[in-house]
Parts: sequence; structure tokens; C-alpha cells
Amino acid sequence: MKNIYLDHAATTPLSEKAFEAMKPYFSDMFGNANSQHAYGREGAKGVSEARAKIANAIGAKNGEIYFTASGTEADNWAIKGAALEYREKGKHIITSVIEHPAVYTTCKQLEKYGYEVTYLPVDGEGFVSKDDLEAAIREDTILVSIMFANNEIGTIQPIKELCEVAHRHGVLFHTDAVQATGAIRYDVKDLGVDMLSMSAHKFYGPKGVGVLYLRNGLKMEKLITGGEQERAHRGGTTNTPGVVGMAVALEDALSTLEEDAKYVASLRDRFVQKVLAQIDDIYYNGAKDVSKRLPNNANFSFRYIEGESILFSLDLAGICASSGSACSSASLEPSRTLLSIGVPIGTAHGSIRFSFGKHNTVEEVDYTVDELVKTVRRLREMSPLYKK
Amino acid sequence: MYNEKVMEVFKNPQHMGEVENYNAIGTVGNEVCGDIMQITMRINDDGIIEDAKFKTFGCAAAVASSSTATGMIIGKTIDEALKVTNKQVVTELEGLPPQKIHCSVLAEDAIRAAIDYYEQNHKKA
Repeated sequence: MKNIYLDHAATTPLSEKAFEAMKPYFSDMFGNANSQHAYGREGAKGVSEARAKIANAIGAKNGEIYFTASGTEADNWAIKGAALEYREKGKHIITSVIEHPAVYTTCKQLEKYGYEVTYLPVDGEGFVSKDDLEAAIREDTILVSIMFANNEIGTIQPIKELCEVAHRHGVLFHTDAVQATGAIRYDVKDLGVDMLSMSAHKFYGPKGVGVLYLRNGLKMEKLITGGEQERAHRGGTTNTPGVVGMAVALEDALSTLEEDAKYVASLRDRFVQKVLAQIDDIYYNGAKDVSKRLPNNANFSFRYIEGESILFSLDLAGICASSGSACSSASLEPSRTLLSIGVPIGTAHGSIRFSFGKHNTVEEVDYTVDELVKTVRRLREMSPLYKK
Repeated sequence: MYNEKVMEVFKNPQHMGEVENYNAIGTVGNEVCGDIMQITMRINDDGIIEDAKFKTFGCAAAVASSSTATGMIIGKTIDEALKVTNKQVVTELEGLPPQKIHCSVLAEDAIRAAIDYYEQNHKKA
């Protein structure tokens, strides 16, 4: 039996179009995009076209797109770059409690070097309040970094409004749009953000490529020092096949975004409806209003049972999902995001994220529901906490 | 991350449930850490564990450890059961990832807790 892939928030399969576009850059067109000869020019042309496509896709200018090696690098650059560049103005940064580790641990690291970080709380559905943001801004605040859409529960933040609040106080605004890009149509000028991070492999592009959008005129310290690549802002030989694949994947994703989102949301909604009807004692985590939630995301906490057991049971049935609990790592702490939205700690251990994609089918959804029902029943029979 | 043996035991755990008319019960771990193990036993007048069963809230390693440990004490005397160590459970499972060793410790603790319960409640009577 073929495995059923329901972990698109972790990564997506590379699109055929992106793969085809990348191939020549692995072979005949192998040149270093910075070399001053025919091979170099060929590489540079690929990179420049890719930059233009990505700029066009998000309403930016070509010169505002900087390639990185990952979404994580883009987040690190945005935060550490701003922290270093504006350290004379202040050492206060505002972010949220539900950020991806790429942002969260970067802020934690800066705390070791004399920066102060305010982690804004979220409500029961994972939303940051603009009043909380406004209240947290101080004289010495240099940066606000709030994620566009959450990777675990799919909550979409009102980025434009939050950005307006920051700008009203003269504070820079960065958003981690790694989960949002390719799933939600946006325009950076309309959002008003100063910096935005994305990652290719979340929208059917290749792994190992990201972008940091930096608004024209924004002064920023470098993260990766080195050669003159990326207009002397980011050292390191450009991943030519990667950026070409990223651009094609993004263009492709945006060309069918609305219909894909509608289809993926229909699978998700069918799944959620069936699960809630057939399994009791569960929490459906995240935004209830589907317009404020990533179309591919469903996240449940199952009471009385533990996430890794659920995950492995599903895996044995050929279903690939993701555990909301960190139990599979060395840490015993359950998800920070789930605790932040008020899921009780014991229950947070029993959480699973299902993230759908455009290649999933209704049959796969129905099979997954059946297997999930069986798994939950089996594990509850095994649980000393379940008394029914 | 788990070897085949652990996954096999997780898939088909033995001795799952609660012993009818048990006279020994031990529950260890807590929900906050994500692991709770309960072992129930029926110990006869000769101090032999006639039957033992487990219930576990926890990861695959916790389930596999409790199933294995429970199997190791059935038919044993109390003294023999008290000699079962977490290392033996790990050996029986052909290894556990380092961060999951605590699951085997929990199994050993659950056996001891159940026997403690028995000794507190029955020896004195």
C-alpha cells in the first residue's frame, strides 16, 4: 500500500515543473552565478529571472529579494541583523509565544547577549492582540517579529494591522511567512512589512532555499558574511538550481492558489467533521473561523493518550502525520504553542497535526479517519487515564 | 528511531489491561511528563505472581517497556520480580533510544510500586 502523506506543513513533494526547471543547473549550466564568463552569465541569468519571478509573486521589487539557504536562515537574518544594526537605538524585541523555533530560539539567544524580548501571549485560538502589541512597545523597541501563519495550528495573524501598530511607533516589522507563502495570496506592499521570510520546500519547491524580503532602503546588518553575492548582503555561492526551482514552484503555486486552497480546505473540512463526529474527548486546536486558518491545517488533542503512540500507530497503517508533542525528541515538554492556547499539559501530549496537500484524495481522508478512530480506541483501552 | 522488536511489541502488546481481583497495583509517572504506567497483579499465598497486566499512557517505548516488563514477572515470586531491572527490559527489547531509557525505568518502578502496595496491604493482615 502506498503511504498517505498528511504532513505538508513539514515539507511538500517537489513539483514536476520545478524539478524540470532545476535540472539543467545541476548539469550543463553548472556555472557559479558570480563568475565573469559564459558559464557564470548563464547561472546569473537563471538567478536573476528567479529573483524577478519571486518579486513579482509577492509584489516586491527585484532588489528586495535576497536568497538564503532556508527559512530558518531568513528568520535568523531578520532578527539578528536588525538587533545588530539598531543596537544603538535599543535592545528590546517583541515577538509571540507561538513562533517557530527559527524565531523563538533566535530571540532566546539574543537574551543571552543583553537584549530584552517580550513574548506576546495569544488567545485560545492562537491570535496575537494588537492592543497587547501596542502596550508592549517601548522607547527602546527595535523590532516586532510575528509569524504570518502558525505551523502547528494554522492560525493566520492579522499581519497588516499588527504591522500598522509597530509602524505607528516607528518600530520595524518582520513576519515569518514560511507557512503562509503559497497558501495565502499576499502583497508585501499592502501588508507594509519591512521584512518577510519564506521557504521554498513548503510550496512544492526544493529544500535548502529560502528568501528574505528586505524593504528597499532598510538598513540591515549581514548575517552571513563572505563574498559579494546577493548584492554584497549575503555571502555564499548562490544555490542556482535551488533558486530557479523555488521561483518556478512559487509561480506555479500562485497560478492555482485559490482553487488549490479550496480543494485542500474541502479535504481538511471533511476530515475535521468526521473526526469530531466519531471521536469524543478531543480538542480541535486553532482558529474556528476557516478564513483565519491555513486551508491545509487540522490539529487535534486526544485526551487520555499520547501523541507519539498515535503517530506510530498511524505510521503502521501507512499514514504520515506529525506529533504536536515534542516527545519524539529528547525533550519531555509538550508543544509551546498548544500550551499557549490553553490546552492542558497532559492533553497537549496527545496532539497530532494533519496537514493536507493538493495531491491528497477524498479516499485517503476517509481511510485516515477510519484508522484514526481505531487507533484512538486501541490506545484508550490501553490508557490508565481512560475510565469508560 | 525504534528497532523492529520495539515496534513489534508496540504493535502487539501482551498482557494489556487490568487483572481481575488484583491484589497489587502500582501506578507511576505523571501526565505532565507524558508517561503513566499502571501494573496490576494477582499474587497468591505462596508469593507467586499468578497474573500481571499493564495499562500505559505514553509513547511507543513506554508501551513496549510495560508490556515486556509485565511478561517478565508472570509466574515469578515476589523476590524474583523485584530483581527485574530496567536494563533487563531494555535488553529484552534489543535496545531503546537514549532519551527513552526512562520508559524502562518507569516499568521497573511500576513493578516495585505494585509489590510495595501488596506488602503494605497484605503482609500485615
